[in-house]
Amino acid sequence: MTNGFRRTAALAGLAGAALLLSGCGINTIPSKEEAVKAKWADVENQYQRRADLIPNLVATVKGFAAQEKDVLESVTKARASATQVQVDPTKLSDPGQIAAFEQAQGALSQSLGRLLVTVEKYPELKSNENFLQLQSQLEGTENRIAVARRDYNIAVQDYNTEIRTFPSLITAKVVYGAQPIAPFKATSVNAEKAPEVAF
Amino acid sequence: MRDDPLMRRLSWLALLLATLLAVLQLATPAFAEPAYPKLSGRVTDAAGVLPPDTVAALEARLKTLEDTTGTQLVVATVPGLDGYEIEDYGVGLARAWGIGQKGTNNGAVLLVAPNERKVRIEVGYGLEGVLTDAMSSQIIRRAIIPQFKAGDMPAGITAGTDALIQLLSLPADQQAAQVAAVDAGNDRAAKVGAISAIEVIFWVIVLLWVIGAMSGGKRGRRRGPVILWGPGTGGSWSSGGGSSWGGGGGFSGGGGSFGGGGASGSW
Repeated sequence: MTNGFRRTAALAGLAGAALLLSGCGINTIPSKEEAVKAKWADVENQYQRRADLIPNLVATVKGFAAQEKDVLESVTKARASATQVQVDPTKLSDPGQIAAFEQAQGALSQSLGRLLVTVEKYPELKSNENFLQLQSQLEGTENRIAVARRDYNIAVQDYNTEIRTFPSLITAKVVYGAQPIAPFKATSVNAEKAPEVAF
Repeated sequence: MRDDPLMRRLSWLALLLATLLAVLQLATPAFAEPAYPKLSGRVTDAAGVLPPDTVAALEARLKTLEDTTGTQLVVATVPGLDGYEIEDYGVGLARAWGIGQKGTNNGAVLLVAPNERKVRIEVGYGLEGVLTDAMSSQIIRRAIIPQFKAGDMPAGITAGTDALIQLLSLPADQQAAQVAAVDAGNDRAAKVGAISAIEVIFWVIVLLWVIGAMSGGKRGRRRGPVILWGPGTGGSWSSGGGSSWGGGGGFSGGGGSFGGGGASGSW
């Protein structure tokens, strides 16, 4: 083998390695994973925001409809159990974790929905300015939750596609041992939908 | 039928390529979007409910708002929502137009769908602290809906826009600035992934050069000092956000983003 040939081969090999490294996902996999985590944080923030609104809402409704104890209590209870379900953002690939979170928040959505149906019976509550403010905040938060969930699913799709397609799937397996992340699913009928707050 | 190993290998390769292509096709976003009207100005009256002088008057006031506070407020009327909820349509439209500046996300859209009898104030991340859901809802309920109920679309839109401008002109920026700072951090984290082709080519050339110099050195050849230049690895080469003004007074969004904040109403 001549010296010149070896040199050329080494150069070609290095050029190839450089190209492969830039396209193999060594950078994109972690940054896409971080993007998913950021979107997840957003989802949690919006659910937290909803949980923060509930004590005020319950207090306002109580002022007008104290006899609706059952509904009010179920909301308070559902809120307490929903805030207890924590998701570890480093283990988003565990679908059970997401499902548990989803279930707890879904239960809260349902009892909130019942509360808002109950409110229908109290015209003076419905026209109360404080209640109207809370209602618009709740609507806005439900909408933010929907947007955050959709954004999270898009980020998850992007990440999952990255780690499952060539050539980055090799890096994902060999270097990072990356697992696909679970997106949100509509587990029950209308789970995607915000509780109806129409009047 | 011929069955030589080369043919078989080639057909495997073809199959692999075809699969790869199919996967890449699937990788394109699967989330359908309605066909949004083109952003034609600060007042985009796609539904045709505003007389020209109202449009001109509103445009002037909205421009003053942006010139003094940097906040981009846009009024949009659409002929239909394509079967979407106004909340979904609104956030999609506002994101597609990119109202508000990139990083600060200080944009808001007053969206009116006369045929669906729906109205929405869509609020960018950076304005959520000022233009809260409750505040947006109040503007809709107090300034806009009564006029719409009376059948006066231009008056309702003008009253709503004026209320928004009045609120957004107040010196309550400190609160908004803090919200924006947090969001700007998120944007940056999401952008790290993009490496430009120019950078890749640059580093390949650098590598080849260094290797060449090293193997050349073995043979005792001397070279001059190596001077390297090229694009840095930092955030240079990002597509320009910030101000994106076309020539001749054309209007476009600055790349702001939205998270579903705001309020809706119907009449």
